[in-house]
Amino acid sequence: MVNIVVCVKAVPDPSFSDKLKIDPVTKSLPRLDIPLVINPLDSRALEAALQIKNKYGAHITILSMGPPPAGNIVRECLALGADKGILLTDPAFAGADAFATAYTLAKAIEKNGAVDVVFCGMASSDGATEWVGPEIATFLNMPVITMVREIVDDQGDEWIVKADYEHGYRMVKLKLPAVITVTRDLNHPKPLSFSGIIKARSKEISEWDHEKLEIPVERVGLKGSPTKVTEMTRLENRRNVKMIEGSLQEKVERLVQILSNAGVV
Amino acid sequence: MIDFTFSEEQNLFRKAAREFAETEIAPHVAMMEETGRDWDPVIKALCNAEMMAITIPEAYGGLGLGYVARLIALEEIARVSVATAMMMQVGGLGIEAIVKYGTEEQKKKYLPKLANGGSFSTEAVTEPSGGSDPKGCGTSYKKVNGSYVINGRKCFITNSHIADVLVVMAISEDTPDTFSTFIVEKDMDGFKATHEEKKVGMRGCNTGELELKDCMVPAENLVGKEGKGLSVAMATISDVGRGGMVGCALGLHQACLDASKKFANERILYGKPISNLQAIQFKIADMKIELEAGRLLGYRAAAIQDKGERSGNEFAVAKYFTTEAAQRAAKHAVDIHGGYGCMEEYDVTRYLRDAYVLGPSAGTSDIMKVIVARWVLS
Repeated sequence: MVNIVVCVKAVPDPSFSDKLKIDPVTKSLPRLDIPLVINPLDSRALEAALQIKNKYGAHITILSMGPPPAGNIVRECLALGADKGILLTDPAFAGADAFATAYTLAKAIEKNGAVDVVFCGMASSDGATEWVGPEIATFLNMPVITMVREIVDDQGDEWIVKADYEHGYRMVKLKLPAVITVTRDLNHPKPLSFSGIIKARSKEISEWDHEKLEIPVERVGLKGSPTKVTEMTRLENRRNVKMIEGSLQEKVERLVQILSNAGVV
Repeated sequence: MIDFTFSEEQNLFRKAAREFAETEIAPHVAMMEETGRDWDPVIKALCNAEMMAITIPEAYGGLGLGYVARLIALEEIARVSVATAMMMQVGGLGIEAIVKYGTEEQKKKYLPKLANGGSFSTEAVTEPSGGSDPKGCGTSYKKVNGSYVINGRKCFITNSHIADVLVVMAISEDTPDTFSTFIVEKDMDGFKATHEEKKVGMRGCNTGELELKDCMVPAENLVGKEGKGLSVAMATISDVGRGGMVGCALGLHQACLDASKKFANERILYGKPISNLQAIQFKIADMKIELEAGRLLGYRAAAIQDKGERSGNEFAVAKYFTTEAAQRAAKHAVDIHGGYGCMEEYDVTRYLRDAYVLGPSAGTSDIMKVIVARWVLS
């Protein structure tokens, strides 16, 4: 049986993006009353794990770091078909950057036991660093393939994956255990079901703090973070109307040129 | 202190139902509106998503979740398509009659298929002589050679043409004022779904007439005891039927509020969004206040039902309030949209038409007031 860990982050619901505000002091995004949802790319990571489970059988552990309300997200992952949940929750974990987050997650993966594959979303919708997956792999001394858009061959302990590249893709053979970060093209997550929610009643969610992980408080949260966000601003999206004059042929040519220059086509 | 919050699990049910409605039901609404039919995809989706299994006990292949969960699901589905929620809720009436009054053999025969989508159900009480006066029932039955022979006509029956299993009420030809209910299968000789109705709202929700002509029903298809048919029909309609209409009304009301909020924030008048105008704010406040009050009434009644207690009176209050409030909300929503509210490309026109079909279903508002008055005065 394949042992899979899926790293999942609770992020503010993107449909409430107009309500997101930047804290002028901490440069963070205060959660306030915005509902938390599964980071969209982490849903793809979970779906990838569920497809492996359906094909070959697997044990899927959900690993998430966050305040106690993030437990609801872990429960939702169990309702979607994962087997066990671990919530890393501790006031000492607050303010962690990607490095401290990856370190804490890696320690939890080690403590959880044998693992064949760690799936992560390529990035979170709120942090968007894309660093956590590769840093987990570094701490675990495992290979990592980022931006995976297709799992071409998942039999045995040598997989072939198709991963995005700057202007194309690459086919990579990798030996398990490994860390894989996934893109939105990988799959379409299945929806929650009422029977899945009922089945999740009997599934276990453990809560671990830094003592349980046996790691010093200096290595986690803000104290363990070597990077700090010093500025954060909102992108202003403004409409720009440009009237194109000339014959139909000229208009079309000009439009294609504008769209091409903008990188749209 | 009373805890009015939904549990973590109930919140997940709502999330699941909302995702289902937005992804599986919403794409079919336009076609259902246009043709007044095309219900097949949403019926299939309801079955695949286990929505018909919610109140069926686990022992018979259902989810055994009860009525708060059903109300959550209906509310979320009605927010997207009241027509679909209506077919689901009336399907629940046929299921309820078998769950509550069926024999063990009937439960084993029918419930697993109704739970897994292998069949769909309805309950048929209303006749051309009226629905509010079930004693005016003209459909009759007679015992012949150990079977029952049913003759008559039913009208305004939701799921008339899609139900495989129908719980039908009839009056004895031999004994006056003796009503019984029977499970009729659509393939039985003498049964026919005839006229399909074209309604002002809830288009795409199948409604029509049934004809029973010397329809021979085996004796084992009697639901409950002979002569207790009125109790079977009224008990299912008063709790599950009215509860279902509360779900339809709450979902429609929420849809009106969502559409109004969006339009009021986007529509610029006098250089500002019209949501800045107090006249608009008052309408939106009225809609929100009535929605919150309706939810308290509806979910309280469903919680009573989940405790196994009779909840018909509480649902009569909730059904009256929520359906009337949804009609007011639909008018407010159309008014807020101004001229756009008269254009069919805006969903609020559908909401207004749907709102008026909420009234008579499972008992008119006047009948609800009669029930509430009797409750108070008894």
